[in-house]
Amino acid sequence: MIAFSDLVVRYPGAASNAVDGVSFVSERGSLTALAGPNGSGKSSIVRALLRRAETPGGSASIDGKDVRSLSYSELARKVAVVPQREETAFPIRVNDYVSLGRYPHLGLWSAPGASDRAAVAEALSQAGVADLESRDTDALSGGEWQRVRIARALAQKTPALVLDEPTTFLDVAHEMAIFELLASLARSGLAVLLVSHQLNLVARFADRIVLLANGKVATSGSPTEVMKADRLESIYGWPVVVTRDPAVGAPALVPLRRPMQL
Amino acid sequence: MTRFRSWYWLALIAALLVTAMTAVARGAVSVPLGAVLDALRGQGDPTAVAIVRDLRLPRVVLGALVGAGLAASGAALQGALRNPLAEPYLLGVSGGAAVGAVIAFAFGVGSDFMIAIAGFAGAIAAVFVALAVARVGGRAVRADVRTLLIAGVIVGAFANAVIMVSLANSSPNNIRGALWWMMGSAADATWQRVTWLAASTLAAGGALVYWAREIDVLALGEDAAASLGVDVERAGRRAFLLAALLAAATVSAAGLIGFVGLVVPHLARGMGLRTHRPLVIAAALIGATLVVAADLAARTVAAPTELPLGAITALLGVPFFLVQLRRLS
Repeated sequence: MIAFSDLVVRYPGAASNAVDGVSFVSERGSLTALAGPNGSGKSSIVRALLRRAETPGGSASIDGKDVRSLSYSELARKVAVVPQREETAFPIRVNDYVSLGRYPHLGLWSAPGASDRAAVAEALSQAGVADLESRDTDALSGGEWQRVRIARALAQKTPALVLDEPTTFLDVAHEMAIFELLASLARSGLAVLLVSHQLNLVARFADRIVLLANGKVATSGSPTEVMKADRLESIYGWPVVVTRDPAVGAPALVPLRRPMQL
Repeated sequence: MTRFRSWYWLALIAALLVTAMTAVARGAVSVPLGAVLDALRGQGDPTAVAIVRDLRLPRVVLGALVGAGLAASGAALQGALRNPLAEPYLLGVSGGAAVGAVIAFAFGVGSDFMIAIAGFAGAIAAVFVALAVARVGGRAVRADVRTLLIAGVIVGAFANAVIMVSLANSSPNNIRGALWWMMGSAADATWQRVTWLAASTLAAGGALVYWAREIDVLALGEDAAASLGVDVERAGRRAFLLAALLAAATVSAAGLIGFVGLVVPHLARGMGLRTHRPLVIAAALIGATLVVAADLAARTVAAPTELPLGAITALLGVPFFLVQLRRLS
């Protein structure tokens, strides 16, 4: 379980806190979505979890342990993160890339054993990229690359998984495939925390949505509780209506055109 | 995409051995191969023994160590800084070493050993200045490793200015000595120098090979590396310092020899190597072969005049690299 308690994140020289007293939990066996406008603090929360941001107040913890009390490799054995941005300078073979997910278990020198190879093989097949394992990462399409990155995180075999915007640049089918994968991982018992702008997909897949605005939790709860038109309008500063998705009945957001200026 | 086959290792080692044997045999006095083998064991014509064991062999071993150190340093830096243009000389290592040596020349220091020490001290000083500048520039607790690259370039530019000022105030004789030193040469190889260089190259190179998997992870980018359990800042600094140490040792032994640290890692990648442990080792073998071959050319092509080694490495390496670039694109 990932828990944030009154978390404050502040960047050096910034005028205000990027994250300002955020508390929520991402439980095992459920898919929790973290949403909110650009700059609302979503990625800063992920960075705080990775101990990559200054946290002058509050805490981020995993299974009851403050992340600051864990070593970097202990942390990496508890939570796997697919960061928002990742540019590899040099191509690497997909199999080698996914095998780096075993780094927190192996360290610098020990050779991968049977269990490591099994973890890599399972991660490749879970993410649906087993057939790409001998390709180089610069020969992948955007959708393949995102799934390969998820495979690397799965190879870490952690009880918690965090993904920062994993479906950016993906077409409908690839995006749906990733949401289905994340939902099934959550059902299998992982704590899955998903940072996403795709409110309509999140409303269909997530068990809980935490909606941020200006570094604070604006509202959180089940998709039906969170997806309220007046709330979303004031958070995003744009006129919207919330309707029902005709296929499954989940709340669906429709942003409106601005009324014509006459 | 090229796949690296196991027999490539044999080919790399064989290429180095053949080049080294040729370099030991050829020169102002050519020694037949059979006589070389005898001389290596201390048998046969005493003149041949002296040429092979006291003159040529230390020079060849020195060249091989310099090439291996520069190439391994470049391979590690390019990965850790995620920049295909990174090379040891960009980090202020060459500039700092040159400042140390030029200042020594300006003070009329004649001993090769003292000049080597001055070069080494200058290189290490420059690296620490670059680290300090990067930390100030990065402001936060975590200095971006790429800030190091910029800091290195800035320190290098400052070093160049210092070199020009000291050269402008030196006697022609000292200027000549400093210029020759900056052009790089393996001519002053002694077993003492070789031993010293071998020890530092094996120690720093071995450490890089040991930490190579960490460089694989660093090469993914800082957030991804952190998510895999790497202390990004410490790991980046470690790779930077080890690479700088390797390069500083080569500079103090043979002056400035450009091109090897930048291009040899790309040649090794072109053979299909992707992860840093084999990459660093293969780059070291290729770099050693290239510098030994370049040194052979430097002392034989225009004999009895010796050409600057630093220029020959580029003259030999650029065509290879262009062929490779053409093949890849």
